[in-house]
Amino acid sequence: MLPTLNGRIQTRIFMLVVFGGLITLALTPILPGDPDYKTTYLILAAVLVLGIVWELIYHVIQQFRWEKDWPTMFGLITALNEGALVWLLVDLGAVPGIDGDTVPFWAFFIDFSVIWIVVWIWTNGPMRVPFIRWRFFGGRIV
Amino acid sequence: MIDPSAASVVPTTDPSTYLPAQPISGDLTDQMLQTDFWTDDLVAAAGIPIVDVPFVTVGGGIGSFVTVDYLRIAGVPTSQMRVLSTLDFPWQTYEYLTRVSQVPRPERIRSDSASRPDNIWGFPSYGFAEGMKKFDLKVLWGLFSEPIFSDYYTPKAGNVFEQLERESKRIGYDEMLVKGLVRIVRRRYGGGYFTILTPPEGASATKRVAFRSQYVHIAVGYPGLKFLPELQKYRTENNDYRHIVNAYEAHEHVYERLVQTPSTVLVRGGGIVASRILQRLMDDREKHGAQTNIVHLFRTYINGTNDGYGNEGDPRPGGGKTRITMRRRGGNGWAYQGFNYPKSVWGGQLKAQVRKLDGEQRAELYKRMGGTNTPWRKSWQRQMNQGRAEGWYHCVVGTVDSMEPSGERILNQVRTAQGVVPVEVDFVIDCTGLEADIAEHRLLKDLLEHGGASRNPVGRLNVDRNFELIGTQSGGGAVYASGATTLGGYFPGVDTFLGLQVAAQEIYGDLQKRGFCKRIGPVRSTGQWWKWLAGSAP
Repeated sequence: MLPTLNGRIQTRIFMLVVFGGLITLALTPILPGDPDYKTTYLILAAVLVLGIVWELIYHVIQQFRWEKDWPTMFGLITALNEGALVWLLVDLGAVPGIDGDTVPFWAFFIDFSVIWIVVWIWTNGPMRVPFIRWRFFGGRIV
Repeated sequence: MIDPSAASVVPTTDPSTYLPAQPISGDLTDQMLQTDFWTDDLVAAAGIPIVDVPFVTVGGGIGSFVTVDYLRIAGVPTSQMRVLSTLDFPWQTYEYLTRVSQVPRPERIRSDSASRPDNIWGFPSYGFAEGMKKFDLKVLWGLFSEPIFSDYYTPKAGNVFEQLERESKRIGYDEMLVKGLVRIVRRRYGGGYFTILTPPEGASATKRVAFRSQYVHIAVGYPGLKFLPELQKYRTENNDYRHIVNAYEAHEHVYERLVQTPSTVLVRGGGIVASRILQRLMDDREKHGAQTNIVHLFRTYINGTNDGYGNEGDPRPGGGKTRITMRRRGGNGWAYQGFNYPKSVWGGQLKAQVRKLDGEQRAELYKRMGGTNTPWRKSWQRQMNQGRAEGWYHCVVGTVDSMEPSGERILNQVRTAQGVVPVEVDFVIDCTGLEADIAEHRLLKDLLEHGGASRNPVGRLNVDRNFELIGTQSGGGAVYASGATTLGGYFPGVDTFLGLQVAAQEIYGDLQKRGFCKRIGPVRSTGQWWKWLAGSAP
């Protein structure tokens, strides 16, 4: 991807709202440990809010790259740091509205991974089909 | 406004309107050549038939192709557009230039996986399609891990041409193609333009045909090659075009000779073309047992991190130095970069940045990210290392003071930091890639002199953010330009596949605002993509 800071944040919000929202809607009832919608959507919101902070950090890292690009691989492996941080905060009960002890790890893991992989695949190709300007404008949608 | 349904119009069909003393030749008159705005009567009086069509694109290479491709997808029928060209198919010039510069069909060009001139969406990318077709895990892994653990994926030239052929058939390109040479586009009194086409001998009753259109698109490519002065001097003075060749000229005879007779070749230049030529020379050593000695002359020798001004330690105009956030790798003379610009000029940060800059500031950023460069490729590194170790690949840094014949050979006096060194070789292959001035092209010269066009800070055609040629508007009409002739504008990567598509998207956007085509919104875009996939007409 060739993101600008603005494009990064817009793409992040678009992807998590659209794909994150739909996938969480579909997965929540079948996740292990029976989490409720309130819990799963609050976690999704936490991923989104923290994600915007992460995008600022990625943007700074990108400045050290001559090409000012964001390699395909980076888009996938950043799931590790982001997922770990969110889980840590959930587990410590630091996410408002969620009691840390009630969230089963595998429910979080499955929902998070599925959303991440779908978003990653979509960002690296199919997104260019409906939005022809997106790739030429740093990932901006508006 | 021109009625798009109007077919061919010959305005003066009644012979009695002609003055008997003035035979009608259908050729340009002096009066026309001296007039910046032409009336319909002026063209008609010269006996030049007028064809009405709302949109013409001049050039007929890949620039014209991607532009009409966009417009076809935006719902413009073939009857409303004409491609005026001397080429039989859009990739003809490109294929010639890649072939002679040692990228035949099976070799890979230097272009990103998602830069598909046959597909405006860039999806599926060349790499993804190639990887999935044969489920080639090596290709897929490469795409995933580039550029960190593998070299950038690049498509095979042959595949690019085959896919272009497919798309050209799908959009009915041949229905729009009109063969001939265009040297003049003039503004029409009352709006729009006249584009004068000289058809091939015998193809039309008159010497010229005028296309009367609301919009004109110019994509004539590189104005021409330019040689270094000392090479040009040697060639003309000694009438020797065999031993001194440009990489973009057909020069297969050099390689044939090298396989037969052990010789020394001087390669000049440090860019992608030099890399290609070296690969060919080294491949011939490996595969055909050629005993070629290679002397590689760099003007600027890159020995570490660098930017467009040169090495980190090099003195640079106005002081300053390489920024930590703006430097690329280099070594053994070369500056390494995947593609011919830092990747983000095609859509990311650098594109957004340049779009906001004007004049000096824009020129500065162009300079900083520019400079001759080539990709770091494993196979090339291996060959050069072998050449250095076995002593048949030598580098020299400097410029050539003079060249003289020495028997069958050529004696170069090379000015280096250590003084002037004589270098005697059998052949010189010039890979310096100098381009001629845009005024060398007759159409561009005419646009500068009579069409209202002007030059940008680097001397090429001055276009705005929509790729409209500044100063050429005529009534409600517009002239657009894309490709190498517009380098130096608000978008840097113009002379590349993706750059032509970026330009085409801007041109489409402007034409859509003017009501010439439909908007490619998410629904239309998705529908059209499925048609592309199925291979059915847009």
